[in-house]
Amino acid sequence: MSAYLKLDHISKSFRRGSTETEVLRDINLSIEKGQIVSIIGHSGCGKSTLLNLIAGLTQVTTGGVLLENHEVNSPGPERAVVFQNHSLLPWLTVYDNVALAVDKVFGRSKSRRERNDWIMHNLDLVQMTHAKDKRPTEISGGMKQRVGIARALAIEPKILLLDEPFGALDALTRAHLQDSVMQIHASLKNTMIMITHDVDEAVLLSDRIVMMTNGPSATIGEVLTVPLARPRKRLDLVADRQYIAAREAVLKFLYERHRFVEAA
Amino acid sequence: MTLAAVKTEKSDAPVVSADAKVIAFTGAPKTSFAKMLPRYARSVASNVIPPLITAALLLLIWQIAFGRAGATLPSPTQVWKDAKDLIVDPFFVSGPQDIGLGWRTLTSLQRVGIGFSVSAVVGVLVGTLVGQSVWAMRGLDPIFQILRTVPPLAWLPISLAAFRDSSPSAIFVIFITSIWPILINTAVGVRNIPQDYRNVAQVLRLNTFEFFWKIMLPSAAPYIFTGLRIGIGLAWLAIVAAEMLTGGVGIGFFIWDAWNSSRLSDIVVALFYIGIVGFVLDRIVGAVGSLITRGTAAS
Repeated sequence: MSAYLKLDHISKSFRRGSTETEVLRDINLSIEKGQIVSIIGHSGCGKSTLLNLIAGLTQVTTGGVLLENHEVNSPGPERAVVFQNHSLLPWLTVYDNVALAVDKVFGRSKSRRERNDWIMHNLDLVQMTHAKDKRPTEISGGMKQRVGIARALAIEPKILLLDEPFGALDALTRAHLQDSVMQIHASLKNTMIMITHDVDEAVLLSDRIVMMTNGPSATIGEVLTVPLARPRKRLDLVADRQYIAAREAVLKFLYERHRFVEAA
Repeated sequence: MTLAAVKTEKSDAPVVSADAKVIAFTGAPKTSFAKMLPRYARSVASNVIPPLITAALLLLIWQIAFGRAGATLPSPTQVWKDAKDLIVDPFFVSGPQDIGLGWRTLTSLQRVGIGFSVSAVVGVLVGTLVGQSVWAMRGLDPIFQILRTVPPLAWLPISLAAFRDSSPSAIFVIFITSIWPILINTAVGVRNIPQDYRNVAQVLRLNTFEFFWKIMLPSAAPYIFTGLRIGIGLAWLAIVAAEMLTGGVGIGFFIWDAWNSSRLSDIVVALFYIGIVGFVLDRIVGAVGSLITRGTAAS
């Protein structure tokens, strides 16, 4: 079976004046349809750059991103991004923020009524219908992120890219949103790539965890498969042997092997 | 940034009647006067009474300073006596050149309306271009910086020569005076659109027109309205000066005409008209701005 999304020998360099910095080197990764893959690594290792490359917001220096065997190198709605700081437009209501995306993507294929139903359906998925007429400044950080997810889901992307989606949230809100993401994934079976710096979050949500070495010239150090069955329950996992083992493996990579790579 | 953004002054928050509540809680039977007044009436009163007192004091000082015989300028009572018709009826028509100040002000306002509308549209469009494109900025910004320092009246002879008529010349002076703050503020606003919004637009593949209409204008709106507000002020300054030179109907020419016929009291009345209209124009643009930008300004 060929991969759904394939990152083929990607490297990325940024040039500033005469100095050129290689941020990413030789990234190879295949992601199957319906998988949740986390990318974890210390800050500055180029995780966000990698996500932007997949999104097409920045261009690869060499290599290519292939989605269903077609190269993608510009942004498009089939790769929706949930941004770290939600990126909702403050002058639009919650409903209108989602509507902006839905009207653009489905403006021709769906009638006005269908689009309205679809917006409400997606707001319902993230339990935000009650605040549809509020503006982003009037709702909490967690709610904004929910709306960001609804906006991304509403354009029916082939792949959902989440850039540290819960990084700015408190632990309890984060747990709620992680549960929401798992529920959504259980019903829609989306393919997701998530950047995170939270080991528990990575293990809880992912099918595979991609661990990045330290930059510059960061690359994939290890890929860990998380064999835990779904649906996963936060409380049941606390004492689960596989969960603990996966968690330990990631921690060891980040705090033992990672240092070794840096020194080498 | 070449033009400092002018902060719009916050309207005074209504005075919360905290003390009135305390009285209610203690259950004291006495009803205070403050409590009987509705809250909005109190806030109106607290905003209106202080300037009225100040105005009365200034009029008094003015009366004392120029009330004696042989003063160089008319006193308030003298102005009232000389120019009562102008004050009480802004819209009388007694002849082709003898009309109320309201009509003259409207003529001036019409010119400002045309000139300012054109400069708003052109200023926002060119400002968008300059804010969006590095090359447009490099090419145009130095030229704009030079042109914007030219005083309004310096444009008048050139425009008179070009248009060969006073009314379009006056309108052109309005345009050329008020366009710079609009243009420069729009450019700054467009340059400051957060990268996040641009990313959203890119992911959704908004086209240029949709991006301009749905992201750029709302995002830059607070800056644009700052520019419009400065612009309308400059336009009003310029029209009075331009009309003094071009003649015809208009509040500016009225002042010049009154000076030539030594009707000082009329000039004083006209000054009040100009000041009040300028104030109202500024508040209208400010109010429209805060209505439209209430989403963005809050973020």
